Amino acid sequence: MNDREQGPRTSGPGAAFAGARLHIVTGKGGTGKTTAATALALSLASRGGRVLLVEVEGRQGVATLLGSPALPYEEREMISAPNGGSVHVLAADAEAALLEYLEMFYGMRRAGQALTRLGAVDFATTIAPGLRDVLLTGKATEAVRRRAGGRRRSTDTPADAPFHYGAVVMDAPPTGRIAQFLNVNSEVAGLARVGPIRNHADRVMEVIRSEQTRVHFVTLLEEMPAQETRDGIAEIRGMGLDVGAVVVNMVSPPLLDGAGLAAAAAGELDTAELAAGLKAARLDTARTGEHEALAADLAEEVRAHALRHLLEERVRGELEGLGRPLVELPRLEGGVDRDALSHLARGFAEQGAGQ
Amino acid sequence: MTETNDVRETARLDVDALLDSPRTRIVVCCGAGGVGKTTTAAALGLRAAERGRRAVVITVDPARRLAQSMGLAELDNTPRPVPLPETARGSLHAMMLDMKRTFDEVVKEHADPERARQILANPFYQTLSTSFSGTQEYMAMEKLGQLRQSDEWDLIVVDTPPSRSALDFLDAPERLGRFLDGKLIRFLSTPASGAFRLLGAGFNVVSSVVGKIVGAQFLADLRSFVSAFDTVFGGFQERAERTYRLLQTPGTAFVVVAVPDTDAMREASYFVDRLAQESMPLAGLVINRTHPLPSGPGARLGSAEALAAAGDLAEAGTHPLAVAALRLHAERVRTHERETRLRARLLSAHRGVRVSEVAARPEDVHDLAGLRGIGSALAGEAGQTGEGTRRREGDGTGQEDH
Ligand SMILES: Nc1ncnc2c1ncn2[C@@H]1O[C@H](COP(=O)(O)OP(=O)(O)OP(=O)(O)O)[C@@H](O)[C@H]1O
Ligand SMILES: Nc1ncnc2c1ncn2[C@@H]1O[C@H](COP(=O)(O)OP(=O)(O)O)[C@@H](O)[C@H]1O
Ligand SMILES: [Mg+2]
Ligand SMILES: [Mg+2]
Repeated sequence: MNDREQGPRTSGPGAAFAGARLHIVTGKGGTGKTTAATALALSLASRGGRVLLVEVEGRQGVATLLGSPALPYEEREMISAPNGGSVHVLAADAEAALLEYLEMFYGMRRAGQALTRLGAVDFATTIAPGLRDVLLTGKATEAVRRRAGGRRRSTDTPADAPFHYGAVVMDAPPTGRIAQFLNVNSEVAGLARVGPIRNHADRVMEVIRSEQTRVHFVTLLEEMPAQETRDGIAEIRGMGLDVGAVVVNMVSPPLLDGAGLAAAAAGELDTAELAAGLKAARLDTARTGEHEALAADLAEEVRAHALRHLLEERVRGELEGLGRPLVELPRLEGGVDRDALSHLARGFAEQGAGQ
Repeated sequence: MTETNDVRETARLDVDALLDSPRTRIVVCCGAGGVGKTTTAAALGLRAAERGRRAVVITVDPARRLAQSMGLAELDNTPRPVPLPETARGSLHAMMLDMKRTFDEVVKEHADPERARQILANPFYQTLSTSFSGTQEYMAMEKLGQLRQSDEWDLIVVDTPPSRSALDFLDAPERLGRFLDGKLIRFLSTPASGAFRLLGAGFNVVSSVVGKIVGAQFLADLRSFVSAFDTVFGGFQERAERTYRLLQTPGTAFVVVAVPDTDAMREASYFVDRLAQESMPLAGLVINRTHPLPSGPGARLGSAEALAAAGDLAEAGTHPLAVAALRLHAERVRTHERETRLRARLLSAHRGVRVSEVAARPEDVHDLAGLRGIGSALAGEAGQTGEGTRRREGDGTGQEDH
């Protein structure tokens, strides 16, 4: 373990985001990484800056979420945020990144394309996953360093020029692969010891290890995603990287107060009172004499709800024990559209990403 | 009013008939990630065992507590007996797949000791056996083939790797096969073959660039791996093909697992089509984590009426418990309606597919009792069936959430 997490940023809701410019969003598959990463990007952009959202798995998750056609390999403005801010999206894939790399360092455009046709690029990034990962993390860290007026080489522009992007958010691989993905240096250790890839990896690692980078974990209030979060955080801390927030997604509020929940879970719900209430409500459905039976049906639903909620409370308690701020995002009915995204973005802003 | 009383007859998947038939030798549970494949596989294995089969379950990445409850504290790649109550008529073994170890075993079996040693020590092999996407699927097939051959069990239930797409299970082995088949490997590792001339760039330029990117040592490792692996590969591919054919025999039954959300149902639909294309026998679809309506008058109380009543009571400031219960019920009815629509859409595209529904439990499934509950729900016992075929038994054993 490292001792960095004991530093000054351990507490307070804003601590997970303060001072960060590269936000890496991971979590178990299907927990809402893409949704949360996009909402976080929107939330950061709402302060008025330009934010880049980088997707690295070649799955067009952001395009699907935004209801747009597949996005090309370029930084494209996709969402305008309040206060003049904007979210740009880069749908990065390893193959395109490798070709760009070959062209940049060797001027090998045609050969690169031929290699692609032969499947050799796919092959190379497969046998050397470190190569694939360093190219992808490299795209994000380059955007973090980029300064106004210059592209690519930050040396082209004065070191005090403002940053091109206020922040970069990465929709990263799932928890099971995140440590390996970010451990760029050791991943390329088996590859060339010198040369551009090596230098590239060093520069990437410098950004990832810096105080500018936070790894956020998305989870649900369920056993397996919480377990993966716990394991993932330990791994990331073990690498000496900074963990940001634990984003608890799809939270539904309880419909009863604490005492009511406890009673319902224990099967001690006051069904007589429930039946009286149903009777007072004059439901068509519950014809005379059926209030009791209806109350029994609803009591069973309430009991399941209460049990579920207690389980969620237990998981939340475990997540709190991880020592990082929790950011809770509500479960939105009917899926996530643009309005819903703005709603989630406000949730991020109110819970610490707003400063 | 609502669609909930829509009694379109859907054929139920008769799980007990499937498990009891001695002709059923292999059950494969597949579906998108996180839908409950592992849970379903374990529940089917347990039910089969308790009904008299000698069953073995191959699980991949089970939830930690579930694994522990089956006595799988370690990932040791060998079927271990699961202690069952005395009433069980058959027996159950379970194992957790360790893909690296399975791969190692295959190499050792097919190569002479010297070659095997070379392969296992090769850094490229390390990557291939631990992080190539497809290896896990390939090894699940390999393990299935091994257990089938041993003849120690009369029913093998296979869980599939937690991939994003349900189809990966069928596609990945071929992908790994194509990869190992080595043309491209040979091409890249012996550039002098001349093929590089096709690239329109001088061979030297390309090879030196490749060398710079991946390093000369890496190319050397690759070359030695290829030559060592070449002899092993034939036997390898042959076995994978044999297992693939095994999946097409009538003794195999595919159970496609989904949860009632758009993505998982779409995956399930692709998979059903794909099985038909490959002539692989589909037993049916399990829709897991559904939210059925209660069995009494609650089934007739629609969401609009419940919400209106809750509003009235709330305004009057009386009966807060009924207000909460009515709101909760309204939400459940809407969820149920959405699930019913998704199910209807899938079934209209795949007529005749047999379905079994399993209600969402408020708790995770983490012990044999939980698995037994899922098993009986799968078999349609105790008021757990979906609408249309509902039995009135509502004993309310706590199998619902929200
Ligand atoms: N707060 C929310 N409320 C309601 N639905 C949500 C919420 N967050 C995510 N979802 C839905 O859950 C599903 C999965 O979300 P998403 O694609 O963001 O997950 P992911 O972690 O990126 O998945 P993958 O691992 O496949 O990349 C989507 O259908 C999304 O619309
Ligand atoms: N019907 C159900 N009710 C409640 N929880 C369930 C149900 N089915 C599965 N689960 C839980 O969902 C999680 C994922 O299930 P799992 O079987 O591991 O999925 P998969 O193998 O498809 O990834 C586990 O924690 C499991 O206990
Ligand atoms: Mg995603
Ligand atoms: Mg699983």
